[in-house]
Amino acid sequence: MSETVSIVIDGVSMAVPAGSTILEACRSTDNDQPTLCYLETLTPVNVCRVCVVEVEGSRTLVPSCSRVAEDGMIVHTDSERVRHSRKVVFEFLASSVDMSLTDDATKGWMDRYGCDPTRFGPQAGPVADRDHRHAGHHHAPTGDTAETVSQPVKVDNELYVRDYSRCVLCYRCVEACGIDAQNTFAIAVAGRGFDARISTEFDTGLTDSACVFCGNCVGVCPTGALMFRSEYELRNAGMWDSDRQSVTRTVCSYCGVGCNLELHTQDNRIVKVTSPADHSVTSGHLCIKGRFGYSYVQELGDLAVTPIDEVLARARR
Amino acid sequence: MAVLGAGGGTSSYEEIENTDVILLWGSNARNAHPIFFHHLLKGVHNGARLYAVDPRRSESAQWADVWLGIDVGSDIALANAMAKVIIERGLANTEFVERATTGFEAYARKVAEYDLARATEITGIPSNVIEEMAVAYATADRAQICWTLGITEHHNATDNVLALISLALLTGHVGRYGSGLVPVRGQNNVQGGGDMGALPNKLPGFQDIENDEQRGKFEALYGRPLPAKRGWHLTQMFEAMQAGKLRGLYVIGENPAQSEADSGHTRQALEGLDFLVVQDIFLTRTAEMADVVLPAAADWCEAEGTVTSSERRVQRVRKALEPPGEAKPDTEIISLLAGALGRGWGNPSAEEIWDELRSLSPPHQGMSYQRLEDLGGLQWPCPDDSHPGSQFLHARLWDEVVIDPAPFMPVDWAAPVDRLSDDYPLRMTTGRHLDGYNTGVQSGGFDSPIRIGCTIDVSPEDGERLGLEPDEVVRIGSRRGEIEAPVRIDPGLRPGLTFMALHYPDDVDINELTIEAWDPQSGTAEFKATAIRIDKIAVGVQR
Repeated sequence: MSETVSIVIDGVSMAVPAGSTILEACRSTDNDQPTLCYLETLTPVNVCRVCVVEVEGSRTLVPSCSRVAEDGMIVHTDSERVRHSRKVVFEFLASSVDMSLTDDATKGWMDRYGCDPTRFGPQAGPVADRDHRHAGHHHAPTGDTAETVSQPVKVDNELYVRDYSRCVLCYRCVEACGIDAQNTFAIAVAGRGFDARISTEFDTGLTDSACVFCGNCVGVCPTGALMFRSEYELRNAGMWDSDRQSVTRTVCSYCGVGCNLELHTQDNRIVKVTSPADHSVTSGHLCIKGRFGYSYVQELGDLAVTPIDEVLARARR
Repeated sequence: MAVLGAGGGTSSYEEIENTDVILLWGSNARNAHPIFFHHLLKGVHNGARLYAVDPRRSESAQWADVWLGIDVGSDIALANAMAKVIIERGLANTEFVERATTGFEAYARKVAEYDLARATEITGIPSNVIEEMAVAYATADRAQICWTLGITEHHNATDNVLALISLALLTGHVGRYGSGLVPVRGQNNVQGGGDMGALPNKLPGFQDIENDEQRGKFEALYGRPLPAKRGWHLTQMFEAMQAGKLRGLYVIGENPAQSEADSGHTRQALEGLDFLVVQDIFLTRTAEMADVVLPAAADWCEAEGTVTSSERRVQRVRKALEPPGEAKPDTEIISLLAGALGRGWGNPSAEEIWDELRSLSPPHQGMSYQRLEDLGGLQWPCPDDSHPGSQFLHARLWDEVVIDPAPFMPVDWAAPVDRLSDDYPLRMTTGRHLDGYNTGVQSGGFDSPIRIGCTIDVSPEDGERLGLEPDEVVRIGSRRGEIEAPVRIDPGLRPGLTFMALHYPDDVDINELTIEAWDPQSGTAEFKATAIRIDKIAVGVQR
């Protein structure tokens, strides 16, 4: 038996394995704590602050995703201070970022904390220069509108697009591209404060960057900021229909490692490929061949061209 | 691996994350097995020391603590010299050797012939580096040797593998968590194909077709006698075709007209057949030559079944798409064919076929579809319904009394068959690009932003000596043929070494160049070692 520590969460005493985080302790019961940047397969980076909790004796709120439970710790996850902090974090994010494609769980949490992202005023329009801003070169905002990260979508290759109007800077893509999975280090956070953004080196296009197009950044993105080109084109054409899609788990055909694939299909066409995060072989990560190398089973020439094929063909050079 | 009693990688991917020394030998896993390399890098980040044995400073070798730029085809000299160092320094695991192995004396005598000076001369690797790797491997608590086609695509492939297995036996780096021998497979069911008896001498579950008792189980179930003699492996079949002894061929899911070495010879052999049937999802070059083409469904997304990975994990593949046109799953085509031949057995489902297999193959007995589904796959051996599957093999070698000790198999180095000469002074080796796969019929279809196509990669030194410019199209000749390809300068190559990727035979058929010298035991051809020359075509000709 491994050692356990005893903690009290919201008045309930519990014993958890030593080394567990407060979040893991909460989720081992049905105490549902909100998270945005946290993902089981990645190292916590503590940036989104929506999982913060109050620990008695601690001056500040602490991120439950990375704070390890200690013997005798008394934790409050639903105090006024915690609720207020979570509410404002969600409101700041949702007022400045397009979170319309974020999952239902996040929308539920925002309702739970009574978030009103519109209370900072109407959203400012898109700007084209976010990638080139320098610290100190700002005009004071007028206060008439809520600042946003709205900007044009970056479409520079056939496999995935980057819509940073939807980016909450959770760092998951940076982690997946870096030491937690892919070890390619093609992207990092550039800029400071509100100008902070995910960038390739010198903001070069993906095809000129170190990117190897594994799509593992897309696989971990929680907001739809990173999106496979197939999904992007089908959404633009009004044809992306998750109600008509099914997901089938199978094994990649491209080498002998045995990566599990989840084939998302619509109208007998593969429209997206993911991998289950809880599978021991992949932890949710794939390579360019497994992620994108499926077109050969559905590009059948003139014999059988479906409306989906026509849309996907538009994405090609 | 048959030395150890079963043909499969001994370890699980998880173990490489928790090992101390990794010898990555003849493998560019970063390109060819990227998700395996994720596990390997976890090991490196956890503190494992990585040695990469590769003629090229490949994308994988760039991650190594030490890169050993070995001359192509000299691996046995390196392994034997390591063994000599380990024995002389008293670093062999003598207790393990005595208890769990046989034949140590003969092995020690053989490797004694490989002193460091000789090994350095053969391999091109400095003596102190060989010594360092030997000591690091022998003294590690846990160590793994991982290899792929850099070891097996040689005329002496089996000997290469035996040399590596002997290192593990000498040091006790097998049969324990974190220590093992890991051949990473190139296709999603190479392991499973062998496990299922798609070998000339095997029945499913590594049972021997020439063993009356083992064959008898199958004969009893099928109610008829089976051929009691082993068949031919692929290379022997091509020799039989050339000799006119093999007149009909049924090819399922292979493209030998492009994948085999010395493709000119291969196509001649296929053209000389009386009858050629090809069952494939594509009209491949081989299918174009066929008398009958049977359109197949893609096994990984248009049919049900199982495949087995490099860590012996049996996993289900499932049907996500309706196959196009008249294409059918392979099992259905074979069943229909049997019916047409008057031996119909109906059209059993994939699960029914699997259950029959389980009744015949002891290591698969406990792997019902339901368990495979519930547990995310199972690793063989899994002999019964309560067995959790086997994370690593050969733990029995650590029993107090070892019933069936593992034999050392001493082997000698032999140079590649295609010798370098004044006319063919450059060594060409082959491999994979990150976004390419085999002959490219699958991987060629998607829009890869990183596809560079087929090039002849040369070292900066040779490029300068021969006056070659990047993208310049040159003529590349071997003793068997000539092709043209554009030049790419790769600083990861040493002088004298060139490289071509194998995915683009429709543009540049590198198997016009390769030699069909093959390993007598495995039948693998020596794709990795071709003697070539490079000639400029004409001044100013650019692609």
